[in-house]
Amino acid sequence: MADGPQNPMIRIENLVKAFGAKRAVDGVSFSVERGEVLGFLGPNGAGKSTTMRMITGFLPATDGRVSVGGFDVAESPLEAKRLIGYLPENAPSYPDMSVRGFLSFAAEMRGLDGGARKKAVGRVAELCFLASVLHQSIDTLSKGYRHRTCLAQALIHDPEVLILDEPTDGLDPNQKHEVRNLIRDMGKNKVVVFSTHILEEVDAACTRAIIIDRGRIVANGTPAELRAKSEIAGAMTLQIAGVPDAAARLAALPAARKVEPLGALLRVYPKDALAAAELARSVIELVNREGWKLESMRTEEGHLDEVFRRITLPDTAPAPSTSAVKR
Amino acid sequence: MNTAASHIKTIAKRELSSYFTSPVAYVFLVIFLLLTGFFTFTAGQFFERGEASLAAFFGWHPWLYLVLVPAVGMRLWSEERRSGTLELLLTFPINAWEAILGKFLASWIFLALALALTFPVAITANWLGDPDNGQIVAGYAGSLMLAGAYLAITCMTSALTRNQVIAFILSVVACLFLILAGFNPVTDLLTRWASPAVVETIAAFSVVTHFDGFQKGVIDTRDLLYFASVIGFALFATSIILRNRRAG
Repeated sequence: MADGPQNPMIRIENLVKAFGAKRAVDGVSFSVERGEVLGFLGPNGAGKSTTMRMITGFLPATDGRVSVGGFDVAESPLEAKRLIGYLPENAPSYPDMSVRGFLSFAAEMRGLDGGARKKAVGRVAELCFLASVLHQSIDTLSKGYRHRTCLAQALIHDPEVLILDEPTDGLDPNQKHEVRNLIRDMGKNKVVVFSTHILEEVDAACTRAIIIDRGRIVANGTPAELRAKSEIAGAMTLQIAGVPDAAARLAALPAARKVEPLGALLRVYPKDALAAAELARSVIELVNREGWKLESMRTEEGHLDEVFRRITLPDTAPAPSTSAVKR
Repeated sequence: MNTAASHIKTIAKRELSSYFTSPVAYVFLVIFLLLTGFFTFTAGQFFERGEASLAAFFGWHPWLYLVLVPAVGMRLWSEERRSGTLELLLTFPINAWEAILGKFLASWIFLALALALTFPVAITANWLGDPDNGQIVAGYAGSLMLAGAYLAITCMTSALTRNQVIAFILSVVACLFLILAGFNPVTDLLTRWASPAVVETIAAFSVVTHFDGFQKGVIDTRDLLYFASVIGFALFATSIILRNRRAG
């Protein structure tokens, strides 16, 4: 079937999951096209895992629809599940099995036999750097290896859709880097949805990010678009030598909202997001006109963590119990 | 259907091999054989009876299995739930009943193996006397059905909880009810209050009533049907429990 805006690989419409009175996921809608890597962000207990469990068909939705590759997950679960590779939270596996045994088992469950199975196991073992531990029993492995074993299981049938719940959790920085590269490569011709609470991963791997808080989507856009929501986005940071009234002059610019001294630096904030370009122009004009000695200047891109905090934090009320969400 | 069979086989194979990669299988087999030996020869007075039959052997099975079968089956689903592998298993492109049947069959095969290893008892009886071997075969068949019924009940309780100990206790209690409903001291007690028809109906639900036939060498379709329905019902309940658990 043809992909495209009419037929996105993953389409989620008004998805709701209620655990008793608590709505862990509360009216979430989005779709993901082939070639996209969607980062799923949110504080703990925001509903990330619950949403992913509904996409993979592990949890039935209370309301709303999920379709994967055109198959409704509730109506044709087997067809939908065939397209999906899934790394659940905490990367579970059978500790009494060897890595090879476990991957073989996953391949067999995916309908791969004989030579195809062997080839698939070899391929994912290489992809996830497991070749050296293939014969080892999983319970003797370190957390990083166990994690990658479960990731390898998700890739065994070369799925069209990858759903990864915290794929870099518990990995060391090198392994994190490798997994991010893997995700980015996969995303080129597949669909990848992964959850994280590490914001740098959004820049490192995502083409788009969704921030979810208390079961609702609070932001949806490219990493650049999200960063632009930051207060600091578009601000100019300058170092000017020997001009005592520079701060006041800069603050007087029509596009400037305020000037903040940061040691030897001055940071000029734009009036609003739209004024960023105008601010840059007028600052440069001012510097040139006055012949100020400019030692450094940069335009701030905005910080995702600031955006994240601002749109997810205001939660001073007693935190709702998240135990219902975490099985 | 062919794919269903291969899914069941794959799951059963994995489950069965997991018994043998841990000490569980060996500990169980040794204890099972020691206990059957003790009950048959010492408590059951196999030799003193002076009859060439395995009544002393099979008579203990409902009680022996009461503890041993839940010990084999308690981890089936609770362990999957505890470790999170349930999420893997149920997001593979398979039907839940294939997983339920696969895991049940694996444990049943394991129990069948344990039971098969008691063959020296049958040989002893044949060596010392001239027993009715048809009766012995029927006894083995009945014992296997009995183990299957207990095991299916254990599957069901195991799906209820992430805690193996709770699963064990619940299955022992449930199986105990199935024994007591037809256990002579209990039925005798019941006849004081209830009409014989009521007592008989209650006894009809008991494994003991249906296991007795096999011991006497009679394979009655009604008894087979009884055990098959207990297994079918318990496994069906397992699927309902798993579905509702997933619903939170």
